[in-house]
Amino acid sequence: MAEREQRRKPSNDRNREADEASSQTATTERGEKLKAEIDDILDEIDEVLEENAEEFVRNYVQKGGE
Amino acid sequence: MAIAKIIGLETEYGIHVTDPAGDPTNGSSQLINAYVQDLAGRIDWDFDDEHPGRDARGFREGSGIPVIETHLVNTVLTNGARYYVDHAHPEYSTPECSTVLELLAADRAGEMILQRSMSAVRRFLNSGEEIIVYKNNSDGKGNSYGCHENYLVARSLSFKDLAAQFTAHLVTRQIFTGAGKIGCEQPESGRRGFEITQRADFFEERIGLETTMNRPIINTRDEPHAEADEYRRLHVITGDANLSEVSTLLKVGTSSLLLLMIEDGALADRDLYLRDPVRAMHDVSHDLSLREPLELESGRNASALDLQYELLERAQSYARQRGLEALGPAAVGELVLSRWERALDGLARDPATLRRELDWVAKYEIMHDYCERHGCDFEDPRIAALDLQYHDLRSERSLFSRLGMEKLLSPQAVEDAITNAPLTTRAYFRGECLKRFGGDVVSANWDSIVVDVGTDPLQRIPMMDPLRGTASHVATLLDGCDSVQQLILRLNE
Repeated sequence: MAEREQRRKPSNDRNREADEASSQTATTERGEKLKAEIDDILDEIDEVLEENAEEFVRNYVQKGGE
Repeated sequence: MAIAKIIGLETEYGIHVTDPAGDPTNGSSQLINAYVQDLAGRIDWDFDDEHPGRDARGFREGSGIPVIETHLVNTVLTNGARYYVDHAHPEYSTPECSTVLELLAADRAGEMILQRSMSAVRRFLNSGEEIIVYKNNSDGKGNSYGCHENYLVARSLSFKDLAAQFTAHLVTRQIFTGAGKIGCEQPESGRRGFEITQRADFFEERIGLETTMNRPIINTRDEPHAEADEYRRLHVITGDANLSEVSTLLKVGTSSLLLLMIEDGALADRDLYLRDPVRAMHDVSHDLSLREPLELESGRNASALDLQYELLERAQSYARQRGLEALGPAAVGELVLSRWERALDGLARDPATLRRELDWVAKYEIMHDYCERHGCDFEDPRIAALDLQYHDLRSERSLFSRLGMEKLLSPQAVEDAITNAPLTTRAYFRGECLKRFGGDVVSANWDSIVVDVGTDPLQRIPMMDPLRGTASHVATLLDGCDSVQQLILRLNE
């Protein structure tokens, strides 16, 4: 196990180094961009999500298949 | 010993008929009929070679064998696919494909075909009524329907070895194949909340022939739809139906690769055998940390993530030594390996980094975001609605399509796969015969086509080898034939 942890580390370290190398500003900008994108997605979901959630889920009954 | 991995996917779609007077079996028929009526003509499936009760362990057909419903709608499409009613679901089986990228296109084409079917059927329904299709595997009320994978494997490989060596992958690959779900199908377990897969809770046996009850991790159906002396078709029933292209690529790509390795004896040691695979199947699906230890027969403990890293490392080493030609052009094997490593690294670091790549992560993260915005938790009925609506195939309702998920295929590649079969398997011959001589094709199935040459008897063209009937093999022959009579003459020469 320990040996494999060792071997796995390089790729994780590379990722971490890449993350650290990018400036704090860029990270914040990325975070804000992602948050804005997610906000837009949530707005859309609020628009299209079935209104009566409980009934919608209750009415979805399937016969077994396969 | 490893043979080319010819692969296919069969997906049973969830169906909701809004008209209280309707039912899912008739609704499925209506959907399919509406779609094929919009095409030139309908070619029926030929049931002559169906033996779903045949067991790979050598048993004879007995009680509890799957029933073939020959009276329900069952058609063949020009892309080589089968589109039909199975029990009370519309089912789409992709054509045989020789690479995972072809398969991905054929599977996505299936989604488009179901979408078009939903539109086409509207003209037959009462105003305001709809038939709605979901690409999922569970209704959250104890009922499941499958997304089955098929892999061509060498008959010379012992089925017992195959089953034993493949199980750990089927159990642990769930960490990237899961489509995510709220709730648990085993209430006695006391588990609640989010689990990684739709299907895991439904598995109760290590190995067996059933698909509808006492579901086994290894399904023993032995129905090769090909030369039985040479080939098996491994029928894998554990997987979730994925909407994410990356999840489908990983599900089928990693499994194909491991099957090559098993054929070549590269997994023959017992180092990765799980002590209790059925329990592990459930545990992995409910372990969002991905790090819960699973007990191995050797006495060692390892998590699903650990075992996946071990399988990946063995696969990388196998690829260096033996190459991955059996998966298609070199780029395909490289893509599978690089995506596999990327997925495991992402899961090890922080699954949220894969929210645009893996189904369960995308679903989990958007549920989490939704809860933050609305101040609710995963017990909220709106989260259950979100869970279900993730899989809704209607473009106006689909949540999946709103999440900005990564695409591996161009829209054109998917569009092409709706009408055209892959060039690299016998599906090409099937699809082209339907396109060119559709009026004279009486029926077709995986391993033959029956045509009417105008005089008795009907002629059956056998297609027992999935690797024959490719474009390079028969395109010139087909181009030289103006009629099915000519085709039969040329084939008999």
